[in-house]
Amino acid sequence: MRYLPLTDDDRRSMLADIGVQNIDDLFADIPEDMRLKELIDLPRHASELEVERQLGEMAARNTPASSAPFFVGCGAYKHHVPASVDHLIQRSEFLTAYTPYQPEISQGTLQYLFEFQTQVALLTGMEVANASMYDGSTACGEAVLMAQRLTRRSKAVLSGSLHPQYRDVVSMLSDLSETSLETLAADPEGTEDIIASIDDETACVVVQSPDVFGRVRDLSAVAAAAHEKGALVIAVVTEVISLGALKPPGEMGADIVVAEGQSIGVGLSFGGPYVGLLATRQKYLRQMPGRVCGETVDANGKRGFVLTLSTREQHIRREKATSNICTNSGLCSLAFTIHLSLLGEAGLMKLASINHANAVMLADALAGIKGVDVLTPSFFNEFTIRVPGRGVDVIEALVDKGVLGGVPVARLVPGEKNLQDFIIVAATEVNTAEDRKAYVKALTEVLS
Amino acid sequence: MSMNKAGRPTSAQGGQSSDHPTFTGNKALQIEEPLIFEVGDVGKTGVDFPDPEPHEMRLGGLERQKIGLPGLTEPEVMRHYVRISQKNFAIDAGVYPLGSCTMKHNGRLNEKMARLPGFGDVHPLQPESTVQGALELIDTLAAWLLEMTGMAGVAMSPKAGAHGEFCGMAAIKSAQIAKGDARTVVLVPESAHGTNPATAALLGYKVRDIPAREDGTVSPEAVKEALDTDVAGIMLTNPNTCGLFERDIVAIADAVHEAGAYFYCDGANFNAIVGKAKPGDLGVDCMHINLHKTFSTPHGGGGPGSGPVVFSEAIAPYAPVPYVVRNGDAFSLVESVEAADGAHPFGRQTAFHGQMGMFVRALSYMMSHGSDGMRQASEDAVLNANYIRAGLRDVMSQPFGDQVCMHEVLFDDSFLKDSGVTTLDFAKAMIDEGFHPMTMYFPLVVHGAMLIEPTESESKAALDQFIATLRDLVQGTKDGDLVRFTGAPHHAPMARLDETRAARDPVLRWSPEAHAEAAE
Repeated sequence: MRYLPLTDDDRRSMLADIGVQNIDDLFADIPEDMRLKELIDLPRHASELEVERQLGEMAARNTPASSAPFFVGCGAYKHHVPASVDHLIQRSEFLTAYTPYQPEISQGTLQYLFEFQTQVALLTGMEVANASMYDGSTACGEAVLMAQRLTRRSKAVLSGSLHPQYRDVVSMLSDLSETSLETLAADPEGTEDIIASIDDETACVVVQSPDVFGRVRDLSAVAAAAHEKGALVIAVVTEVISLGALKPPGEMGADIVVAEGQSIGVGLSFGGPYVGLLATRQKYLRQMPGRVCGETVDANGKRGFVLTLSTREQHIRREKATSNICTNSGLCSLAFTIHLSLLGEAGLMKLASINHANAVMLADALAGIKGVDVLTPSFFNEFTIRVPGRGVDVIEALVDKGVLGGVPVARLVPGEKNLQDFIIVAATEVNTAEDRKAYVKALTEVLS
Repeated sequence: MSMNKAGRPTSAQGGQSSDHPTFTGNKALQIEEPLIFEVGDVGKTGVDFPDPEPHEMRLGGLERQKIGLPGLTEPEVMRHYVRISQKNFAIDAGVYPLGSCTMKHNGRLNEKMARLPGFGDVHPLQPESTVQGALELIDTLAAWLLEMTGMAGVAMSPKAGAHGEFCGMAAIKSAQIAKGDARTVVLVPESAHGTNPATAALLGYKVRDIPAREDGTVSPEAVKEALDTDVAGIMLTNPNTCGLFERDIVAIADAVHEAGAYFYCDGANFNAIVGKAKPGDLGVDCMHINLHKTFSTPHGGGGPGSGPVVFSEAIAPYAPVPYVVRNGDAFSLVESVEAADGAHPFGRQTAFHGQMGMFVRALSYMMSHGSDGMRQASEDAVLNANYIRAGLRDVMSQPFGDQVCMHEVLFDDSFLKDSGVTTLDFAKAMIDEGFHPMTMYFPLVVHGAMLIEPTESESKAALDQFIATLRDLVQGTKDGDLVRFTGAPHHAPMARLDETRAARDPVLRWSPEAHAEAAE
């Protein structure tokens, strides 16, 4: 067995040194009748080649994003990641280390976390950020809990254009912890009046921009109204590249910003692992969940970094901790920070402008098809269209023509009868003029 | 002019090393590396793009003017991250015996498989018809987990161990609410990992501590005494954090069930018993499995993890969405509570379907080992831990006496009594010797705890060197060479760091003002 260094001779001599007869003497505390006598009913060990063949067959039955004109978004986006990113994150020193509990031999991890936190703060326009969360949706749930602790209030108000699966995460937490929640109706046309729902009981308002339908939103008025009532604003960003083009939530009054960082450095990977970003104001630092890296000096006065503020955390505070989070998204935050270091401000802004350009051109091209309406007047790289017929069927029909055309809203919000004909369409830098042509041609055929 | 025939000196004469300071502060391969904000430039980029085609702007008047992010070219990025990487200890570099973390070897085949475009480059919201192989992989992994745990159902979406704990306890809470029997208290042994009480509190439960008995395990009597009609369940780690199998686990499970409560098993230490016993046979109702521990997905400097949860018949109907359903050769996803026919999911814990990248790696590990290899891995992990115990038992102290352990062995600091050396000093001295320290000061029930988990990945030679080194360190504490310990590490990239200062006046980011001095 290629992963197990002990030989049978080793095992025999080690058992003798321990002073037992055979290996089962070491398992004597397991009740006799519970000890498995036979091997569990699974295949025996296999060579690399055999495993590659079997998994390769499964992989071959999927359609990779890069193999077709691809316009699927809604919280995860197909972007190009420079080759050096994947090369660096596979260095053993990063890949096979754990949480930097021993800072003297973990400065590599700690330094990139400090750099990551700074980049996230700059991107979101906030003062501080943590060392990452599992993903955007769980960061959103944690942000609501954080706001409830900070305001000592219970009610959360969720915009109807928050990603429906993010909403589900928050409402699950709210159900189980019996806090109150007001969820506005799905709002593809941008008409909700969220300010009307803010009252003296409100802990936080959760607003996404660009929202799940792609619409860009100015949060300033919502923030002013929320602050007047003593409530906090949680801004959600699911397409982090948009922060290269759009005014950041921090400049529009957000108190907590949560984002899905997957677009920078992290592949699609069928939904995970991704990297959640969470940033806030300095004054809210001690109620922030998750791991945090801070600067200090060593015994010789040299600058270095450590995990800090651990008195908020479960391993010290146990049931009084700010969160039960232990592991975060270390290696994905490394991929994020490397990719963003390569991009820099100049690269990120250019990448964002290409995304926007491709989306604008695609929206105009699709709007030219008979029966198709583009519903989103201002957007970044994603927008919503209305098609004649069910969105789910249209998307399936597009698959038959070799185009992955977007996400039918009905998949995310199955209950809503009046959203059946909506499709959310994303365009990024990977889409070419030919891809757009292929989409227009396929959709025209499907609808005719 | 005559040819110089003397050439380059080839003897080592005159090359005796000393602690001579350098101009740069660098020490050969250990190079001081500034922050990216001190080496990068806002106008620079390491990614080339074509110019965007001319287009109308539709950003709603919310255009951004500046960000303040530095950029680096590719050679600068490579150098920066390679240099800082060299300041990290890692499994591939040496023994990393961090107790309860299962730092086993991370097979590189798993990395290759996760990067197949059919897994790594598929979107979670693509039509199901285009991701049948991805759904099959999730279904296959689920089936393997069920077989090796002997449980009835599984939730694949939890993103880490603590997320899995929440999943299991949320399912228990939902099951009891559905029965009209909502309860308020969760029992947690004092030796538990901090995530257990934190999870219970997150779900609104009060935590009732259960003390350990003298041998380090939980007694059924103590559990019975704490049980009443308010108790929703117990969160018990097995094998426990003292490295011991809870030998009365069946009696504990029976008592818990008799009181109408459920048994949550923290599966962090599952690596000790894969193929040796099935949690389902032991009376467990829910257990999370850390794929990044037992099934070798890389720890990645602190994640990403993955924490699927297995369930008994009683709790399985309350497992969260999404889940995969198999119908002949076709696979589909149940993504909403409304679509869950005949089940009562407590909701959704995360967007999308879980840590697919980790699922591929874990299945690749499992298929490589097979039923025989996984059992052998558990046996070797337990053998290695006991070999360390046997090698150190006469010089280090065990809080619960010298007894057979599972895959990790626990020592306390009484062997250091009156030496002037603390557990922390001892651990830092291990760094100088080229080892990552063990888990220290955990579990909290033991004074100055040192929890050593070698895993099955260590060879006998590596263990022999580890044991010899620790024996020498123990001897050192008696020889009065205190600086070896109190000043340690002497040879690491950094000396001990001031954690108090970091917490008192937190600096969590670079800023041009605060770091003006460092940049000069």
